[in-house]
Amino acid sequence: MAAVDPTPSATSLIPEAPHRRLLHGDLGGKILLGTMALLIVVVPVLNMGVPPDSPFHVSDYAVNLLGRYLCFALLAIALDLVWGYAGVLSLGHGAFFALGGYAMGMYLMRQIGSRGVYGDPVLPDFMVFMGWEQLPWYWYGFDQFWFAAIMVLLAPGLLGFVFGWLAFRSRVTGVYLSIISQAMTFALMLAFFRSEMGFGGDTGLTDFREILGFNIAASETRLVLFMVSAVALAAGYLICRMVVRSRAGRVLTAVRDAEPRARSLGYRTDHYKVWVWTLSAMLAGVAGALYVPQVGIINPSEFSPLSSIEAVVWVAVGGRGTLYGAALGGVLVNYAQTVFTAMFAELWLFVLGGLFVAVTLFFPRGLVGLIRRGEKKS
Amino acid sequence: MSWLDGARETMRRDRVFDFMLPAVDPQAAIDASHGPILYLEDVTVSFDGFKALDALTLYINDGELRCIIGPNGAGKSTMMDVITGRLRPDAGEAWLGQRLDLLRMPETEISRAGIGRKFQKPTVFPEHRVVENLELAMTGPRGVWSTLGRRLTGEDRDRIDAALSEVGLQAEGHLQAGQLSHGQKQWLEIGMLLMQNPRVLLVDEPVAGMTHQEMDRTADLLQRLAGRHSVVLVEHDMDFVRSIARTVTVLHQGSVLAEGPMDQIQSDPRVIEVYLGE
Repeated sequence: MAAVDPTPSATSLIPEAPHRRLLHGDLGGKILLGTMALLIVVVPVLNMGVPPDSPFHVSDYAVNLLGRYLCFALLAIALDLVWGYAGVLSLGHGAFFALGGYAMGMYLMRQIGSRGVYGDPVLPDFMVFMGWEQLPWYWYGFDQFWFAAIMVLLAPGLLGFVFGWLAFRSRVTGVYLSIISQAMTFALMLAFFRSEMGFGGDTGLTDFREILGFNIAASETRLVLFMVSAVALAAGYLICRMVVRSRAGRVLTAVRDAEPRARSLGYRTDHYKVWVWTLSAMLAGVAGALYVPQVGIINPSEFSPLSSIEAVVWVAVGGRGTLYGAALGGVLVNYAQTVFTAMFAELWLFVLGGLFVAVTLFFPRGLVGLIRRGEKKS
Repeated sequence: MSWLDGARETMRRDRVFDFMLPAVDPQAAIDASHGPILYLEDVTVSFDGFKALDALTLYINDGELRCIIGPNGAGKSTMMDVITGRLRPDAGEAWLGQRLDLLRMPETEISRAGIGRKFQKPTVFPEHRVVENLELAMTGPRGVWSTLGRRLTGEDRDRIDAALSEVGLQAEGHLQAGQLSHGQKQWLEIGMLLMQNPRVLLVDEPVAGMTHQEMDRTADLLQRLAGRHSVVLVEHDMDFVRSIARTVTVLHQGSVLAEGPMDQIQSDPRVIEVYLGE
């Protein structure tokens, strides 16, 4: 008699541990990571090794643009972690992005040193212009890169933690949460617009010269910044993927779908939300910190509610709840923006709004959902 | 003079302060050696003068399957709320075994001590697979950091498999819970309860909206669970209660009207008057 083949139990579908076979069955993630690896190798070659008149040459401008898109993609992934998996729609993630950017900007300002217009070895130009005698205490330490790097994580993380702690503990959810997150970024924008705050007012921080001793405008520096952005995006993806595949990730999704039930099973749902919100804020901060040296300026308009809403549109267009879809959306929508604003600048906002409406109505699962549906049909 | 009483209380020499007592594992502390595992005595709950429970006294034996019936407003749900700690009664006592005072335990501790409740409306996590629903319900640490690095051990898998086969959902384990039929969701919820190793299962109207076939399977399931667990079943459907045919308690206006085997209850004139006769 042949032994009856035991049917494999469905428990094998639950990953044993979050880091084991991390990308198992995750084609989108593999493509994302593969693309990043490819870009890191190919773009420098095409930029430095191919003569500028060749059609395969990637210009410095393109490298810079692509680097910025990758920062936006990282912001989109951070947003997707809280929106797609924990069901918390943030309309204020731009604030974390901008805070990370400001932390980096402060470092870059102090790097200018005596090469500024006023030649003050310590004070940035705008402070001399305002007649300040000495550096405000919160600018201390930013002459050191390691300190700025910690602040890039800490400043958005702390804001995220305090905001999340207040909001989620009081069980603020849904639209109300979205609105107060919007109010948060708006309040920060107004605060940063004030020159007395000591962050350069409406001009913000700019005229950067050097990063870690390298000329910030040099094409080699830009290339390295691009590569670092690609690595950061890949690392951000892996971190989020690990969270999502852990049991904590399944609790988060449970909170998204039926929070009272998760609570009744004994999970402190507010702790989970504060935790993931803080993590997401830190990732957004890293994205902002890499973005600023590539655009060369950070000003309060990064805090504007519109930038945060745009990030939501990227995630929706790419496909929420997939992580790699958000990254795809972040790159594609920004590419579209670059193309469109070059042709008809004033129409872009209408296109963006139309895109959001179309996505919500016709393909709620975004581009990723469309591709998957196409696969099933064929 | 209340502070003086408080001061006197601290001076007493015949007992140990609560906070100095060694922590007891609530599940191990259940002492059902005298028969009953659940004691409700003279429990009274009133809402704005209306007595939802009126000196209710009820004992559930260890391993028993008890059906509780009664017309709307008889106090069945209120009784469940008292047992699970959602509601504090105005008077009376509620004990789990002989040692655990339910009225002094918070809701989460009661559920950890081994009282599981299945609500009337099934609420499962629709986007999670059936096995993942069971995994989330499994006993264990609940903090963010501990679930983040948590490994699924072979023992865990065995427990999930055991619960799956107990509720008869082996073939559906890989499905998303949202794809299950109404009856299957109810079973999944019972399975989720089992993952918490309860001693007492409170089951609220499990067969509402089920087909006859599903009702039969549910009756089988509950009868299988009795013995290893104590099952308190609140039910409206008389056919279903009859098919289980165990000890039945009839509640009426917040207290026990009659208690006994089903045949005896059915022929009780008072019961017929308030309930069956309608």
